[in-house]
Amino acid sequence: MSQEQRAVERARKAFCTGRTKPLQYRIDQLKNLQRFIVERQKEIADALKKDLNKSEFGTPLYETMGLEGEISLAVSKLAEWAAPRPATKNLLTVSDEVYIQPEPLGVVLIIGAWNYPWAVTLQPLIGAIAAGNAAVIKPSEVCVHTSKVMGALLPLYIDKEVYPVVTGGVQETQELLQHRFDYIFYTGNCTVGKVIMEAAAKHLTPVTLELGGKSPCYIDKNCDITIACRRIAWGKYTNCGQTCIAPDYILCDPSIQDRIIEEIKKSVKEFYTEDPKTCSDYGRIINKRHFKRVMTLLEDSTIAMGGQNDESECYIAPTVLRDVKPGAKVMQEEIFGPVLPILCIGNVDEAIDFINQREKPLALYIFSSDNKLIKHMITETSSGGVLANDCLVHFSVSSLPFGGVGNSGMGSYHGKFSFDQLSHLRGCLIKQLKMEGMNKMRYPPHTAKKLSWARFFILNQVELSKLGRWALFALLAVVVAVILQRYFAD
Amino acid sequence: MESQRQIIERLRAAFQSGVTAPLQFRLTQLKSLLSLLEDNEPQILEALQKDLAKPKFEAVLSEIDMVVNDLCYTINSLPTWIQPSYVGKNLATKLDDCFVRREPLGVVLIIGAWNYPLQLILAPLIGAIAAGNCAILKPSEISRATERLLAQLIPKYLSQECFAVICGGAEETKSLLENRFDHIFYTGSQAVARSILQAAAVHLTPVTLELGGKCPCLIYGRLDMLAAAKRLVWSKFFNAGQSCVAPDYVLCTPEMREELLPAIAKALSIFYGSQPKQSEDFSRIVTDRHWDRLMALLGKTQGRVVMGGEGSKEDKYFAPTVVVDLDGSDALMQEEIFGPIMPILTIESLEQGITFINQREKPLALYVFSDESQVVNMVLERTSSGGFCSNDGIVHMTLPGLPFGGVGASGMGSYHGRWTFETFSHRRGCMLRGWGLERISMLRYPPYTESNLSWLRWATSAKKKSWGVCSVM
Repeated sequence: MSQEQRAVERARKAFCTGRTKPLQYRIDQLKNLQRFIVERQKEIADALKKDLNKSEFGTPLYETMGLEGEISLAVSKLAEWAAPRPATKNLLTVSDEVYIQPEPLGVVLIIGAWNYPWAVTLQPLIGAIAAGNAAVIKPSEVCVHTSKVMGALLPLYIDKEVYPVVTGGVQETQELLQHRFDYIFYTGNCTVGKVIMEAAAKHLTPVTLELGGKSPCYIDKNCDITIACRRIAWGKYTNCGQTCIAPDYILCDPSIQDRIIEEIKKSVKEFYTEDPKTCSDYGRIINKRHFKRVMTLLEDSTIAMGGQNDESECYIAPTVLRDVKPGAKVMQEEIFGPVLPILCIGNVDEAIDFINQREKPLALYIFSSDNKLIKHMITETSSGGVLANDCLVHFSVSSLPFGGVGNSGMGSYHGKFSFDQLSHLRGCLIKQLKMEGMNKMRYPPHTAKKLSWARFFILNQVELSKLGRWALFALLAVVVAVILQRYFAD
Repeated sequence: MESQRQIIERLRAAFQSGVTAPLQFRLTQLKSLLSLLEDNEPQILEALQKDLAKPKFEAVLSEIDMVVNDLCYTINSLPTWIQPSYVGKNLATKLDDCFVRREPLGVVLIIGAWNYPLQLILAPLIGAIAAGNCAILKPSEISRATERLLAQLIPKYLSQECFAVICGGAEETKSLLENRFDHIFYTGSQAVARSILQAAAVHLTPVTLELGGKCPCLIYGRLDMLAAAKRLVWSKFFNAGQSCVAPDYVLCTPEMREELLPAIAKALSIFYGSQPKQSEDFSRIVTDRHWDRLMALLGKTQGRVVMGGEGSKEDKYFAPTVVVDLDGSDALMQEEIFGPIMPILTIESLEQGITFINQREKPLALYVFSDESQVVNMVLERTSSGGFCSNDGIVHMTLPGLPFGGVGASGMGSYHGRWTFETFSHRRGCMLRGWGLERISMLRYPPYTESNLSWLRWATSAKKKSWGVCSVM
C-alpha cells in the first residue's frame, strides 16, 4: 500500500470514529496548531530562508501572523459558527423547527502552493479543522525544506491520523487524486486547477480553486502618487513578486509614467538599499525554471529600472518596464516575479475596457482620490476582490471572502467563509406527528376547495422571526380555528 | 435559425452591455415570469398532464405554486439582497470601507429534469435573473410537452436578448457543454453529472449539481402510526414516486412493520381508492423505458410483493407497490427507485438502521418518523444527508429559507430563495483604504526591524480579543 493510500484510509477511518465532531476536540487541535507556529517559529523561518530567501521578519509578517489571527478567530467563534442557524418558516411550519445545521464533510484534501507555503497550506487547514473534517495535507514539493519541516513536525502537534501530511511531487499528487475525497482545496495555477477539477469530477467531489491571473493596478492622475507608489512597490516586490495577488501590471495616463517610475525607484531604495542583492529583506526566485521564465518576459520591453540578475542565486532585481505594449511577452501570462510593466492608456474607461477584455483577475487595484471613479471602476469590472489605494492587505481581513471568479478560481475562504466552505449546511425541518388535521388539505382525493386552501397556506410567506411572540400566537390561533372549522364543515 | 454558438455569443454581448445589471431590469423580468405562470396555467397543466399525467393538484402545488412562491419571495427581497454588505470593522480599519458585493457571473446554463419539468428549470432561473445574469435554459427532452411550451413562452415573456431556450437531446447537450459558461446548474443523474463536471473543468466553470440517491426513511420508537403512514404514503407516491426527495425505502423493526403495513394500506385506500388506476389523483410513469425499468426491478427482487405490483404499459400505469422481506443486496436496493415501489427492510435496532444508512452514499434527503425526540436527534447527529425532515416527507424543500441541495454523491451546491441568488452571484470582497495613517503603514515596509514587527504584533494581538481580525497593515 502506498503512503498516499495509507494516509487517506487512516484519515477516513479516524473521521468515521466521530472524534472530530465534538467542538472541544477541534478547539484543542486548533490550539495545538497555534502552539506549533509559536514554538517552531525558528524551524519554519529557517526552511523559508532556504526555500525562498525569506527574511527573518518576513516569516511572521507574511506567513504566520495571519495564521495566528485566523486560529484565534476560529477558536473564539467556533461555537457560534457550528450552532444551528434558524431559517424562515411559512404558515404551515409555524409550530415546527426550521434550521440549518452545519456538518463536517469528511476527508478534505488540501494542496498547498510554494509561494507562501505555510499561509496557503495551513489556512485552509484551519477551516477544515474548525468544520470538523479530517484533512490530508499535501504541501508543495517545490518548497523542499518547508515540506520536510511540515512533514516532520506538524504530526507532533496535531492528530497525525486525522491530519496526515503527505509529501512528494506530481506523481504523489496524482496518486492522491485517484482516491475519493469529500472536498479538495487547491491553491496554485489554472493549468493544474483544471486537472484537479477533472480528477474531482470522477468522484463528484466539490472543489475550491484559489488560482491567479494578472491583477491589474490602475493609477489615476488624481491621487497621492508618492504613497501609491510606495504601497505598490511593497505589494509588488514582497516575496520577489511571487504573490497570487501581487499587482501584476500598471495602467496609467502617459503624463504620470515618469513620476511613477521615479517614486517606485525611491521606494525600492528605501526598502532594499541601492543594492537589493545584498539586502536580507529582499527575496529570491524559487528556482531556476521560474528564473528563466521571468527573464524571458523582459525580452521585448524597455527596462526603466532594474533588470540586473544572477542565475546562480536566482536573483532578479526589482524591475520596472515602461511603455509596454499589450502584445508584449510580459503581458501574456501572470508574471509572478519582480517585474512591473507600465502600460499607458488614455482614461479610466479605456482601462476598464482593457481589463474587461482579459480574464477576470484575482485582485483589482485602484489608486485614486476620487471615490466616484473608484466606485465606477468597481461597478464596470469583475474580479475576485478589490482593493483601493493599497495592495495585498485585503487578504488579511477575515470578514472579507477571499477567492477568485472565472479563471482566477472558484469558492472562497478566510474567517467564517473557511468554515462554511468546508461544511455541509444541512437544511432541517423537525415536525411532530400531531396537527394531522392540517395535512388533510394536501392528501388525495383532491378537491377544488382543498386546493384553494393549500394554495393560501403555501403562497403566504411570513417573516415569522420578525413578528412578536404575541402576534405569532394570535396568528396560530386564527389559523387553527379556521382549519378546524373547514375540517368539520367537510 | 441560430446555432448554439450564435445564441451564446448574443447573450454574452447582451450581458457585457450591462443591460441585466440594474435592479429594475431584474425585477421587470421576474414579474414577467410571474405573468407567464399566471397567464398560462391551463396550458401548463395540460402539458404536465401529457408528460406525466400529473394530477391538477400536484401540478399546481409542486410546479406552479412552488415557483410563484419563490418568485414573490425573491421579488420582495431582491432590493435587500442586492445591497453590499458591510463587514465588521475594528480599530485598525475604522477609516476603511470593507464590504462584500454580490455581482453577476455572466452567462449561465440551466439544465432541467423531466420529473418536475417546470419547477426544476424555472426555480434556478429565478436566482439567475435576480443575480443579474443572462441564462440559457435546456429543458429535459423527455418531458416533451413542457419542453415545447417553455420554448414557446419564454421568448414571449422574457427579454430575448438575455434569455434563450435551447432544446434537444444528449447530442445537443454535449455540444452545448463544449462552450464556456460562467456557471452550470444541472438537475439529474450522477452519471450525467460526471460528464458535466468534466466539461466544466475545461473552462474552470463552477457548477451546481442537484442529483439524487436513495433517500432512507427510518420509522422507530413510539409514534402515531396512521399519521406517519399517511405522510409516508403521500410523499412516496406523489408524482408516482418520481421525486428526487421521495422516501426511497423504509427501515423499521419487524414489530413496527406489522403495524405499518395495514396503516399504509389504509392510507392508500383513502388517497386513491381501491383502484388507483381509476383515481385521477395518481400519476403515471414518464416513458415506456422508465416503466420497463421499474417492472424489471420488480421482476428481479428477492422480496415479497404485499401490495400492488401490477401495471399496464399502454398508459404507463404502475400500481402503488410495497415489497417486504428483502435485504440490502436486493435488486431494489442497488439504484434509486424513482417510482411507486416501496421496499420495507427490517432492522433489529436503531443502531443497526443508522449503520445501514451510513454504509451507503449520502442521500439527498433523510427521513425519520418518531414521536421520540431522542430518536430523531440521534439519527440527525449520526448521519449525513442533503436535507433532513422528521415526521414528514418532501415538504422541507418547499421552505425558501432552507438551502436545498445534496452532499457527496447526492450533489454539490444548493438553492431556493436567497440561496439561488447566492449560487448565481460572485461575492466580491472590497476594501477601500484612505491615504492617511501612512505612519502606521510604515511599520510593515522594509527594512524590517524587530521593533516594527513587535508593534505590528501588538496591534494585531489586540484584535484577537475583539470580533473579526484585521492586521493593521
